[in-house]
Amino acid sequence: MESQTPIAELRGATKLFGEVVAAQDLSLAIRRGEFLSFLGPSGCGKTTALRLLAGFEQPTSGDVLLDGQRVNDVPAHLRPVNMVFQHYALFPHLDVAGNIAYGLRQRRPRPDAAAIAAAVEAALRMVRLPGFGDRRIWEMSGGQQQRVALARAIVNEPKLLLLDEPLAALDKKLRRDMQIELQGLQRSLGITFVLVTHDQEEALSMSDRICIMRGGRIEQVGTPRDLYDRPRNRYVADFVGKSNFFEGRAEAAPGGQTILVAAGGHRIAGTAPAPLAAGARVAASLRPEQIGLARAAPEDGGRIALPVEVVTRIFLGEHTEYLVRNRDLGEFLVLVPRQAEAATGAFDPGEAAQAHWRQGDALILADT
Amino acid sequence: MRLYALAIYLFLYVPIGIIALFSFNAGRHASQFTGFSVQWYGKALSNPFVMDALRTSLTVALASATLATAAGTAAALGLQSVRGRVRAVFDALVYVAVMVPGIVIGIATLIALVTLFGWINPVLAALWPEGGPVPQLSLGIGSLILAHGLFSMALAIIILRARMAGMDRSLVEASADLGATPWGTFRQVTLPQILPAILAAFLLSFTFSFDDFIVAFFVAGSNTTLPIYVFSSIRRGVTPEINAIGTMVLAVSLVILVLAQAILQRGRRPARAA
Repeated sequence: MESQTPIAELRGATKLFGEVVAAQDLSLAIRRGEFLSFLGPSGCGKTTALRLLAGFEQPTSGDVLLDGQRVNDVPAHLRPVNMVFQHYALFPHLDVAGNIAYGLRQRRPRPDAAAIAAAVEAALRMVRLPGFGDRRIWEMSGGQQQRVALARAIVNEPKLLLLDEPLAALDKKLRRDMQIELQGLQRSLGITFVLVTHDQEEALSMSDRICIMRGGRIEQVGTPRDLYDRPRNRYVADFVGKSNFFEGRAEAAPGGQTILVAAGGHRIAGTAPAPLAAGARVAASLRPEQIGLARAAPEDGGRIALPVEVVTRIFLGEHTEYLVRNRDLGEFLVLVPRQAEAATGAFDPGEAAQAHWRQGDALILADT
Repeated sequence: MRLYALAIYLFLYVPIGIIALFSFNAGRHASQFTGFSVQWYGKALSNPFVMDALRTSLTVALASATLATAAGTAAALGLQSVRGRVRAVFDALVYVAVMVPGIVIGIATLIALVTLFGWINPVLAALWPEGGPVPQLSLGIGSLILAHGLFSMALAIIILRARMAGMDRSLVEASADLGATPWGTFRQVTLPQILPAILAAFLLSFTFSFDDFIVAFFVAGSNTTLPIYVFSSIRRGVTPEINAIGTMVLAVSLVILVLAQAILQRGRRPARAA
């Protein structure tokens, strides 16, 4: 954090492939030492953003800056940036040490053999593969190859480490371990990490900030908590955590609240993180854990209750997840904690119940 | 079904087997086997005409294979960055070049070269200073090398393209990402990856040229390659000496083909490529 200059920056960067807009007007400053994730479905432009930073693509318009310097025309091999590729891209004709030493061997003047060997061994220790230097790549498991790819990148001490869906090929258990390890590594090295992923859980658990993308554009940038609490629109809310959405028209209300008028005349009050025009098509977002389930409508006047029919019940241990259906609003999820369920008893599929939540809890979002 | 397959294999290989067998015949007649002997091999190898033809064949095979491999590798590398219609046309042309019958290539090359010489030679004669013999282009080893090289180049392109198609494009990016210059990437990543295919292309080009009769017959001019020698000798009757030469050519070709195949197989498992 010695300098306020962003370590990397995109300024209005647009990338066209022929007619196809891969990235449109991306503007984003990446802070020194942070862990930033690009999150979005495939084809949203997140990989293009990463490749612009790496130098594999040049912006059609706009600028890419590294450490305050414009690097649009600097080819990949001259950028102080390293990448961990989706399928690792380890060199099959070199052994593990040969792969890790590759970047160091390209330096001019070339470091002497002893220095390279020491750096390689240190990198191997860092990814917890000490002594694996003379293994062949095909002798390593997927998780080990992942670590080699990581070591091959960090041994160069890049200003920016780019990770392109690095965990996508690993099984769930291994992925969880690697997430924790990556985070630890990022803290101890102090290198800025930029991750591309389509896995919201991965982005939420590892990143300092998340950049949510759609259709080549940035939808919202913020901390996981920001995005969870104050999503700009329905798309962002849908990407960050599980949510129920009720659609309707916006109506201004006193006290900074917005009312959503849904089908059947239901009025759902909530806060709007972004300004909305009256009459606009909006969606109310309610997390499954914000909704309760009861046998009779609660007396509490501050709560809104909807008659529902239980469709399915899934036991999740500490919680039970119900899928319920209201005649006007359709199906939605309710997450009932074990304790609350002890009071009401479990509901069986087909049973009638009252779904309720505190009026005002909802987020009213642009329905885009 | 199995019997049928057996019959086909017999039909294919018995004549070849008989040639190999009779090359060890002690007698001089091709129709009856009178005892085992390697005398015809000795005779063949001490025949100056055979040795001369062999030398020509080897020179042409080596030169044309080198030419074809170098040009084919360059073309295959260049084609990687060509997309769309241009690439489709180029690919089709390469395949056509391999499928065109040898006799067509032979005649076409002959006509093309003779026509070309017909244009160049008068120019050379006109430009050459007075006195001294005027150099004139004619059919010979050079034209044979070119003709073989041209055909083999198509073969080399196909082999290399197949290998490159199986190559992970991200390896090249990874190399650049790690700071290697484009030339450094070629030397340290691309070349080791395609080396088996380059070797295989060279060996296949070599055997093609070494075994070829038809193209050589048309464009070799007054030079005699081994297949041409065998052909012209047969017109005076099949002798065990010819059988011996044929068997040797067969053995050399088989060894090289098996070698090329083995190299390609090894290369196909990228993890095990040397």
